Amino acid sequence: MKIKALSGIAAVASVLAISGVTAPAHAATLDDVRAAGELKCGINTGLPGFAFTDDKGNWTGFDVAYCRALAGAVLGDPNKVKWVNLTGKNRFPALTSGEIDVLSRNTTWTLSRDVDLGFTFVGVNYYDGQGFIGRTALGAKSLKELDGASICIQTGTTTQLNLADFFRVNGISYEPVPIETNEEARKAYEAERCDAYTTDASGLAATRSTFPDPKAHMIFPEIISKEPLGPLVRQGDDEWADVARWTLNALINAEEFGITAANVEELAKGTDNPEINRMLGSEGSLGEMLGLSKDWAVHAIKAEGNYSEIFERYLGKNTSLALDRGLNALWSDGGILYAPPMR
Amino acid sequence: MPQTTRTNDDWFQFRRILTDERSRGIVIQVLVVLAIVAFIAFITRNTLINLERSGLTTGFGFLADPAFFDINQPLIEYNSQSSFARALLVGLLNTLLVSILGIIGATILGFIAGVLRLSKNWLISRLVTAYVEFTRNVPVLLQILFWWALLTGLPKVRDSVSIADTAFLNNRGLRVPGPITEPGFMWVLIALAIGIAAAVVIARWARKRQDLTGQTFPSGLTGLGLIVAFPVLVHLALGQPLDWEIPERTRFNFRGGINITPELIALWLALTTYTGAFISEIVRAGILSVSRGQSEAAFALGLRPNLTMRKIILPQALRVIIPPLTSQYLNLTKNSSLAIVIGFQDLVSIGGSILNQSGHSLEIVAIWMAIYLSLSLATSAYMNWYNKRIALVER
Repeated sequence: MKIKALSGIAAVASVLAISGVTAPAHAATLDDVRAAGELKCGINTGLPGFAFTDDKGNWTGFDVAYCRALAGAVLGDPNKVKWVNLTGKNRFPALTSGEIDVLSRNTTWTLSRDVDLGFTFVGVNYYDGQGFIGRTALGAKSLKELDGASICIQTGTTTQLNLADFFRVNGISYEPVPIETNEEARKAYEAERCDAYTTDASGLAATRSTFPDPKAHMIFPEIISKEPLGPLVRQGDDEWADVARWTLNALINAEEFGITAANVEELAKGTDNPEINRMLGSEGSLGEMLGLSKDWAVHAIKAEGNYSEIFERYLGKNTSLALDRGLNALWSDGGILYAPPMR
Repeated sequence: MPQTTRTNDDWFQFRRILTDERSRGIVIQVLVVLAIVAFIAFITRNTLINLERSGLTTGFGFLADPAFFDINQPLIEYNSQSSFARALLVGLLNTLLVSILGIIGATILGFIAGVLRLSKNWLISRLVTAYVEFTRNVPVLLQILFWWALLTGLPKVRDSVSIADTAFLNNRGLRVPGPITEPGFMWVLIALAIGIAAAVVIARWARKRQDLTGQTFPSGLTGLGLIVAFPVLVHLALGQPLDWEIPERTRFNFRGGINITPELIALWLALTTYTGAFISEIVRAGILSVSRGQSEAAFALGLRPNLTMRKIILPQALRVIIPPLTSQYLNLTKNSSLAIVIGFQDLVSIGGSILNQSGHSLEIVAIWMAIYLSLSLATSAYMNWYNKRIALVER
């Protein structure tokens, strides 16, 4: 009797609940960003070159610069960004749940992330690969000599899988020492808990630069994986994905056309190059097509400059990372960076 | 004020529901149940809608997919081709390993510290007080990091501390010889089983005899002899079918034997000392709860202090000790999930990797909660059974 009454109440209650409430919608991210007046951007918790705080405590870096450009394109002001620092583990739920609008956190583009996790990668802003760092004193010249070594690794990353694949395929044994954050993994390597430490090759250079004696450590020649890193958004909002994709393409095309932060305002007044005119809005209506203002690309480029300026500022020769452009040079300079035309 | 007698009646009936204690209670309960059910229905629906919207599928089918990552020192056969489910099992076993080791260590440490804190020796009782106050007032997470930092600060591999050239201690752990069993070893295990069975039988017989005649028999020592000496004799008689694999030095590490990682040791030490401090307080409270008259009566009967403690005080203290002890065991098991900060691959650490590789966060979190809940309920059930067994039979 009592139980019957209770289940009756339960049934009524659930009907009430189902008819009354709806979940927050994520459909039109572009409108949401405009309404909020700020872009919520997910970045690393700290990785030299890619996302770090400057001496004034502001977030800055290669991944940060992309979000500033996107905020410029959408809101006209690169400073209207709310930074959300994310670990390797909570970055995806943060994007799925709508806590952030875009994830720009050195994330590898893979099929399962694109398809199964329900995201859309908007392009590649850094072609990376997984590398290893070890002590020069070990005397090992190649990864294949690392039989029986202990290797520090950050958990929950594609690097964990590549590592397992590589050592299995080559029939070498190793002791994996998985650690939650990059910072702790690096410390474990420094304490010689491990013989080697593995992460994206760009991250290795960044890490090595922070060691007290960088010369005592060598980066192994083998790169064991393809790691195309790029920004991503939720699947199912194509307009927003387009905005994010073409902002990235605009930065790359700007380098190709020689548009820089310094000369973009001047060029926006009109040039004799129709491609530049279309991109910067003095001709055609590309901005309207994207649902943005006419001068969206001007604001995007003004934020931190074109791709090359951003790269050189945070990763290039004059930084502590001293990374080569390598694969990340423009297609016309021997790299594979190739943005579709803006017409 | 109601106008007609009829509505007046209705009003009166309605008011009675609210003023009558019994019916008011039912109304409130119904409202609370309604609210809870509505809330759960809301959460469930919200989750399902959001999952559908973001194109995520739910279900546990993914657990059969290969994991593709390696695990340091699995207790069971595991490689990167094994399934997610097996990886989770490896994690669960690691959680169980460190929890059981921790519970054993913390219980022993806690009982010793609890008794010592009541010692009449000023130095001993103050030292124990310092230990208890220090460890239980510092977050266990920091203690885990402290022990880990300490252990990774040990000598590097090439300067390993050698213990008689059979075991080696360095900042990658303690490497000890591993057992290699040969065919005849089964007989040694059988001898061990016989020894244990015989010890139990003798203990029962001795107890019965003491109940009947009052004569004591050293059943503890006899039992120990049977359990240890008998298998050892069989082992020697069969020409030592158990061999030991001594670790040998290779270019980077040691090979062979068993490596006890600094992560496991750090976690175990931290959980043991932290929970041990709480247990010592529980034990102290338990002992103090036994009235002074009990020990005085025991001394008056001529029992020695040691025997008084074992036969008179502790059995009575246990009924005060066991219930809070249970919650300490539960705390220790749950605290073991902090292993993640130092990379000990327990259930949470491996579940986290799976969550990341597969993206099935809801399912993994559900599995985590279900497993920790089951572990806690199982521990509670056992401790409640034990508590009932040792409870004073009141006449």
